Amino acid sequence: MSDNSLRLVWVYPDLLSTYGDQGNALVVERRARQRGLDVQRLDVRSDQPIPTSGDIYLIGGGEDRPQRLAAERLLRDGGLNRAVSNGAIVFSVCAGYQILGHEFINDQDKQQQGLGLLDVVSTRGEAERCVGDVLADIDPQLNLPPLTGFENHQGVTHLGPTARPFAKVRFGNGNGVGDGFEGAWQETVFGTYMHGPVMARNPHIADLLLKLALDVNALPPADDRWYEALRQERIAAATATS
Amino acid sequence: MAGNTEPLSPRAKLAVTAGRAAAAVSRAAGRGSGSVIGGRVALKLDPDLLARLARHLDVVLVSATNGKTTTTRLIAEALRAGGPVVSNALGANMPAGITSALAGGSDAKFGVIEVDEKYLAGVARDVTPKAIALLNLSRDQLDRAAETRMLAEHWREGLSGSKALIIANADDPLIVWAASSSANVVWVAAGQEWKDDAWSCPSCGGVMQRPDDDWFCGECGFRRPTPSWALSGDYVLDPHGSAWPIKLQLPGRANKANATTSAAVAAAFGVPPQVALERMYSVQAVAGRYDVVSYMERELRLLLAKNPAGWLETFSLIDPPPTPVIMSVNARGADGTDTSWLWDVDYTRLAGHPLFVLGDRKLDLAVRLEVAGLDFEVCDNLDQAVQMAPPGRIEVIANYTAFQDLRRHVGN
Ligand SMILES: [Zn+2]
Repeated sequence: MSDNSLRLVWVYPDLLSTYGDQGNALVVERRARQRGLDVQRLDVRSDQPIPTSGDIYLIGGGEDRPQRLAAERLLRDGGLNRAVSNGAIVFSVCAGYQILGHEFINDQDKQQQGLGLLDVVSTRGEAERCVGDVLADIDPQLNLPPLTGFENHQGVTHLGPTARPFAKVRFGNGNGVGDGFEGAWQETVFGTYMHGPVMARNPHIADLLLKLALDVNALPPADDRWYEALRQERIAAATATS
Repeated sequence: MAGNTEPLSPRAKLAVTAGRAAAAVSRAAGRGSGSVIGGRVALKLDPDLLARLARHLDVVLVSATNGKTTTTRLIAEALRAGGPVVSNALGANMPAGITSALAGGSDAKFGVIEVDEKYLAGVARDVTPKAIALLNLSRDQLDRAAETRMLAEHWREGLSGSKALIIANADDPLIVWAASSSANVVWVAAGQEWKDDAWSCPSCGGVMQRPDDDWFCGECGFRRPTPSWALSGDYVLDPHGSAWPIKLQLPGRANKANATTSAAVAAAFGVPPQVALERMYSVQAVAGRYDVVSYMERELRLLLAKNPAGWLETFSLIDPPPTPVIMSVNARGADGTDTSWLWDVDYTRLAGHPLFVLGDRKLDLAVRLEVAGLDFEVCDNLDQAVQMAPPGRIEVIANYTAFQDLRRHVGN
């Protein structure tokens, strides 16, 4: 944290905000404020430079062409990579997750270079689009309750040796490779295919990002009543449909 | 008289009759209006039937993400000033439903046809319309992966060879992109409150600049065309600069926009704006939308909002606080099963309203409202919500299948 306020950067909402991605920013912001933190939220459009002094960066999902445009502009800008080397935290979803890897397949069916912040490579799945509720167990190192989310993607993401799987699915597809893994993380950079938005169903992930940003092991409790009710319902739904 | 100058072929006649019989069976079996089933049977027997049925009509097609059913009704009322109209007024807007509706109007002069966005290009090819009205495009049913810009591109390609007069919203960049490949376009400044699907230029991908009501791409020069018709407050401005008052029973800015487009369409069919707008007053509820019903000795106004743009327009027409608001959200097939869109809607606009939440996905909405910092009650059903609501007319907002559930529940 730079001064006394948490700097929350939402990257390229003009391109990557197709699947309610603002939700992740709203949940992180709300839960930070509930813990008495001052929050400065910066929504950075793709014709603006990415600030390098943010604490938490969020990148959302989008369609194929905006995904390519976002990758091109982020590479040209370079700010996000500099922020990560300064220790910033990045949480990415779907198209944003693919952009953080080494490469993905763009709207012109070509391999497109990503930011290389995650040791992953994405391709396009041959099978049907993965759509539906997911239930997964998050990497025990992160010490979080089960992950519930909604997936809606065609992409397949392969992990390299440096990236750890974010979660292992009990129900659903996740990365789509067939090994049951969902998402990836290394150091302070996270990626997932989970919509929902994911923080709305997993407020503990928002708390994890806050703890990393504040460098603390615990946060004061927040009112989790409605999140908890939603979690139970969606976990039951994922279990029932599978 | 544009009636049946050219008789239908025996095969087409058989198809229409078979379709009617199937529709009657469907109705008798209690499966709705039967129009879709009838049309499907008829189209199977004669795939060219739609083209043949439309040949005798002056046709206008209406398509959009939001407002197409209402606008179809408004245009149909306006054109009745010039002759009999056949229309798929019940919103059966895919080829089978359209065929069925047209089969029922052999004496009509005008065909006013609502078309599902995905079928517009195909139907436009089949029925060679005189005009096509394009209102708006925005995100809808996220799980279908029907990308909004791709849809605009599909329209653009499909309409580029059409001889139809395109009547299009100049305030929606995606609509302008779709329409501007056509030779004959009448631009209407109809407004579009929702902007989040058109921040990048549909032509070159540049970032769109949107000062006030204007918009343009700083990189390629794609920009808002100069409109010849405009919605201005409660008036329609026609191409001569005359202002005509809009008199509607339907509420909200979006319906004034629909009336403006409808007046421009009517003018293209020879009905002057004053006549058209006066006739539009007779349109009340459209397929139950905006209907005020009496239930448990309370007044409920039923409002349909299927997607973020629709919710935004709905918030701008509800009565001010402390009017109670009941919201019901489902995520069944017809709604799209991905509920992420709830986070695109700015619910803070409901601050001050007592809020009651129900529907299959009431907990998704509860979390959404909690994060927006609003007070709300989660209810098991409509009756409970109505009982808890403080006095006054209640606004009830629901997405697609939730709306159908509510209508059935209140016996509307
Ligand atoms: Zn451009």
